[in-house]
Amino acid sequence: MDQFTIDHLIRLLRSAGGVADGVELNAGIVDEAYTDLGYDSLALLEMSAKIQQEFGVAIPDEDVTELKTPRQTIDYLNDRMSPI
Amino acid sequence: MSTGTVVTGLGIVAPGGFGAAEYWAFVLAGRSAIGPITRFDPSPYPTRLAGEVRGFVAEERVPGRIVVQTDQWTHLGLAATDLALADARLEPAAVPEYEMAVVTASSSGGTEFGQREIQSLWRRGPQFVGAYQSIAWFYAATTGQISIRHGMRGPCGVVCTEQAGGLDALAQARRLVRDGSRMVLTGGTDASLCPYGLTAQLASGRLSRSQDALRAYVPFDAQAGGYVPGEGGAILVVEDERAALARGARAYGTVAGYGATFDPAPETGREPGLRRAAELALADAGIGPDRIDVVFADAVGLPELDRQEAAAITAIFGPYGVPVTAPKTMSGRLYAGGAALDVAVALLSIRDGVIPPTIGILRQAEECELDLVRDRARPASVSTALVLARGYGGFNAAAVVTAPSL
Repeated sequence: MDQFTIDHLIRLLRSAGGVADGVELNAGIVDEAYTDLGYDSLALLEMSAKIQQEFGVAIPDEDVTELKTPRQTIDYLNDRMSPI
Repeated sequence: MSTGTVVTGLGIVAPGGFGAAEYWAFVLAGRSAIGPITRFDPSPYPTRLAGEVRGFVAEERVPGRIVVQTDQWTHLGLAATDLALADARLEPAAVPEYEMAVVTASSSGGTEFGQREIQSLWRRGPQFVGAYQSIAWFYAATTGQISIRHGMRGPCGVVCTEQAGGLDALAQARRLVRDGSRMVLTGGTDASLCPYGLTAQLASGRLSRSQDALRAYVPFDAQAGGYVPGEGGAILVVEDERAALARGARAYGTVAGYGATFDPAPETGREPGLRRAAELALADAGIGPDRIDVVFADAVGLPELDRQEAAAITAIFGPYGVPVTAPKTMSGRLYAGGAALDVAVALLSIRDGVIPPTIGILRQAEECELDLVRDRARPASVSTALVLARGYGGFNAAAVVTAPSL
């Protein structure tokens, strides 16, 4: 695997933070703010821990709060992940 | 100036029934919800029976974001809250947010959630402990989640006095109403049926080791051998009487009296505090024992503790002087949920004029000179009930609830 995709992110987001009522997680959320999707800082910290465990990329806590949308997270990770 | 404090909504999620109507029908039928533990494999443990809330699916009752953040005990509390608000026909959005308070009882906290995270810590390391452990385990989690979900920003708190907690929380709710809160969500739930939770409970030495579901928890019986643990409880909507009247609410009854005491150190040989708690509750209600129509007993199910409770009751009411019942024999002891559930059931007794039974007793212990309502519900005019509760570690609480004056 050499790219972190929206499908990876949705799977981790779902497992880390559940899904808010009235929200459907699909590729259309890529530019939605996490807060608009119902996720708080704990959910994003939980997701970043799962990303590190699975993909080996550590996201410092101060960066977690700067990544506001799925696209920003995906781009951040793909900049840092070495192709396998 | 406050008038009285009334209960206007009952939310019951307990072994045997989901919702007040279903649970009430269950206890009146005198059946048992105690059975083998199914939430995990109990075979390595000396206690293998419990009262479980069967058929409860958190995803059907609790928002998806909250399910992953909270323990089963909070799931049950949130579900019970929805039932209580619906029963009270109270829409939180219509009440000023700072006039709504939340005070629940908790006894174990989020042990099942905590066990999962402890296992992750030990097996895989600290970076594998979930972020939600920080908010899921601790005693105020249910109060906090109720407060957040329903926008209740008045005084919030949690009381941890084991099985006495349901009454102590109700008393705090009454104080808040007297101090100006428009409504308070109170009561409690518990859910500690996981290996870690059960192991912690076993340390008290009070759990039954019987494998016979119908005889495992038989308080006041000559062969009483401990109690069966359970999960669930009740959340109650409590309101200022005048405000409840003004919105046309129906009241189940009034929280008329409360007393709490702490036991003297065991080695002093002094009398335990339960009798004084009951007398304080009667005095607070401004009534004598003759006005009590039924006593809901704490009913631990161990001979010495049963004898002490019977002695407290007979000291006030005389031998066989008042009907006594322990419907918790059908569901197990629910810890923080137990006394709140007893209050709910006492209010239903008042409404319908019937005392639910204590089940499983074959031969009543001779030293327990109680008019125990056994096996079958007993029709009776019930306008005032006394609820007793003892929490492990020395807590005693008593509450008097009376028929609504409306």
